[in-house]
Amino acid sequence: MEFYLYLALFSPLVGSLVAGLFGARPKTLLTGLFTSTLLFTALVSSTILLVHILDGGDIIHVELMTWMATGDLYIPFGFVVDQVSVVMMMVVTLVSTVVHIYSIGYMDHDKGFNRFFSYLSAFVFSMMILVMSDNFAGLFIGWEGVGLCSWLLIGFWYHKESATWAANEAFIMNRIADLAMLIGMFLIYWTTGSLQYDIAFAEFAHVDVETLTTIGIFLFIGAMGKSAQFPLHTWLADAMEGPTPVSALIHAATMVTAGVYLVVRANPLYDLIPDVGYFIASLGAFVAMFAASMALVNRDMKRIIAYSTLSQLGYMFVAAGLGAYWVALFHLMAHAFFKALLFLGAGNVMHAMDDELDPFKMGGLKKHMKWTWIMMTLASVALAGIYPLAGFFSKDLILEVAFVEHHYILYAVLLITAMMTAFYSFRLISLIFHGTERHKQHGFHPHETYTFVLIAMSPLAILALVAGFLFKGSYIEMVTTLLPATEYHIHSPIVFWIMTIGTQLLVGLSIAYAYRKYEHAKIDKKIEDNFFYKLLINQWYIPHFYEEYITKPYRELSMIAWKQVDLKIVDASVDGIANIFYKTGEATHNMQDGNLSTMLRWMVAGTAVLLILAVAFTTGYLMLLLAFIVGYLYVNRLRREYVR
Amino acid sequence: MMEITLSHYLILSTILFAIGLVGVLKRTNLLMLFFATEILLNAVNIGFAAISRYYGDLTGQMFAFFVIAIAASEVAVGLGLLIIWFKRSGDIDLTSMTSMKG
Repeated sequence: MEFYLYLALFSPLVGSLVAGLFGARPKTLLTGLFTSTLLFTALVSSTILLVHILDGGDIIHVELMTWMATGDLYIPFGFVVDQVSVVMMMVVTLVSTVVHIYSIGYMDHDKGFNRFFSYLSAFVFSMMILVMSDNFAGLFIGWEGVGLCSWLLIGFWYHKESATWAANEAFIMNRIADLAMLIGMFLIYWTTGSLQYDIAFAEFAHVDVETLTTIGIFLFIGAMGKSAQFPLHTWLADAMEGPTPVSALIHAATMVTAGVYLVVRANPLYDLIPDVGYFIASLGAFVAMFAASMALVNRDMKRIIAYSTLSQLGYMFVAAGLGAYWVALFHLMAHAFFKALLFLGAGNVMHAMDDELDPFKMGGLKKHMKWTWIMMTLASVALAGIYPLAGFFSKDLILEVAFVEHHYILYAVLLITAMMTAFYSFRLISLIFHGTERHKQHGFHPHETYTFVLIAMSPLAILALVAGFLFKGSYIEMVTTLLPATEYHIHSPIVFWIMTIGTQLLVGLSIAYAYRKYEHAKIDKKIEDNFFYKLLINQWYIPHFYEEYITKPYRELSMIAWKQVDLKIVDASVDGIANIFYKTGEATHNMQDGNLSTMLRWMVAGTAVLLILAVAFTTGYLMLLLAFIVGYLYVNRLRREYVR
Repeated sequence: MMEITLSHYLILSTILFAIGLVGVLKRTNLLMLFFATEILLNAVNIGFAAISRYYGDLTGQMFAFFVIAIAASEVAVGLGLLIIWFKRSGDIDLTSMTSMKG
């Protein structure tokens, strides 16, 4: 089994390195095929490992080699395949295999074809390290690795200023959060003496609550950065500057869920500090609604889906914060499937529409892109949580968790958000695929994408359809051997049915409303002048706020540091020291007039000074003073002489 | 008749040293510079010999011999260089030797 572990881990790396060799060359189809094949190998290996774990096999724990061993600190390159990481491995390898094959079609005409595949595989490798590591240090390597690949891929079209800006924004925001994460890790090592999950978690039972709370908060700030939770959320929507397969893989299905994975992985920690957990859940619910509200009005197809991702991440954090770790992980998995599908569908639409992103310029595309229409609708239905698609089983479960745990406010927020989710998803579907063909006025000629791309997407469509009812049972059985096995059942069957059917009805109504309202894509001037509309379309003015109150003051501060501190203090003192030597040399180079007599005089003067000093120090300071006066007079006389 | 003590020798040595020093500093003729150097060295030699006699220790006189030997070799080399310089430039005035000007 170890062989499969290493195969799953290292085949993306090999693919990345090989594709990287051809990075500067023009497109070679081989790199795409090669990396996709290796990714498929990783997928097969992960499946074998999954089957092994599902059959109740032992957790596979290997140590590749020692990384750091100094004093009491011991950090190995250790990898573990247990019930949690195998789920993540499946999600990562499956979605990335699909995305790799999809990208062969999507990046067909791109100059950076080979480079793209190198980055993409490097991302998968980093993500695999992140989920498979058996200690926090290894997780952090993967964490930074995915951050780097995310930066590379958002800024993939680096000739576009907006893309490089977005890449830097994502990177910097993540750095802020990573600092907190590092502090959390240091604290863990400080209190438990180890960064290995099993040792550290076992030690936590003997640590006081204050310290645990601090650790929990710092780790969660790290998770907030990666998972783009408020107030570090702005980078995710801007990250849509990257190629669409990247958005599907990194900014929807895998990397942004790393924060949720961290909380799930650290469940023994968060179990001990329910207050922090409750904060996580509250923030999650807030972000769910907050992000959904921005998706309601946005006119950029990819941004709408990005906000939807943000919103669903909020759901996951609600579950994780309330201690329902397996529910969070389940939603993570289901969400990865249908959200990746949604993004890939959006990519098809973009290709058909020459990279047009405004859904108000589309309409009626279902005639031209039947399969994309079907798949995106399927994904949206799953996202909305309609029975029996994947979203129903995972998302409604989170609602139930909130209800059973008696957090009725969270429940209400999540319920409203579910309606909003249904609304904005079908607003998008309606605008793109239904109604009149508005794109004709703009001179577009939409066409369906390559067949192999559609076939590559089909596994995701099937999973979005069946992942819920097919896998839920065996998933729970497997994962709850590792995670707290709390059952979330509403005791009264009447309440249960009212809630389930009620939710379905509300969601269904939202869908119907969205269809009706946007079928003709009329832009209502009255709504657009509305205060709330302005608030939402400007993303609650938060990017504006950051610009005005953080970026600009920081720039001012930097200017002061540059002009006042650096130039006037640091540079000035360095230049000053250099100047002293320069001026001294300038003033004394006349001494070297080449005349032997002068040199001899200086020599005598020097000897005399030394002699007098020697005498003075043995006889008294009065003599010293005398010596100085005599010496000064003599030297002065010499100076006058050579100036003449 | 006054007895000649150690201090007389040392005073003589000092006076000679001072004369030599002034000569070294003031003379511009290279040959005279050599003379002045000789005076300096021999002033020191007087000191060595006198103190050696005073303490009844032969080390000082040994030292004086070494100084004489070194002075001789110095003059031999120095005069050789001086002659070459005179052949080239036609004078041995120090003020004209400024090729090392900084």
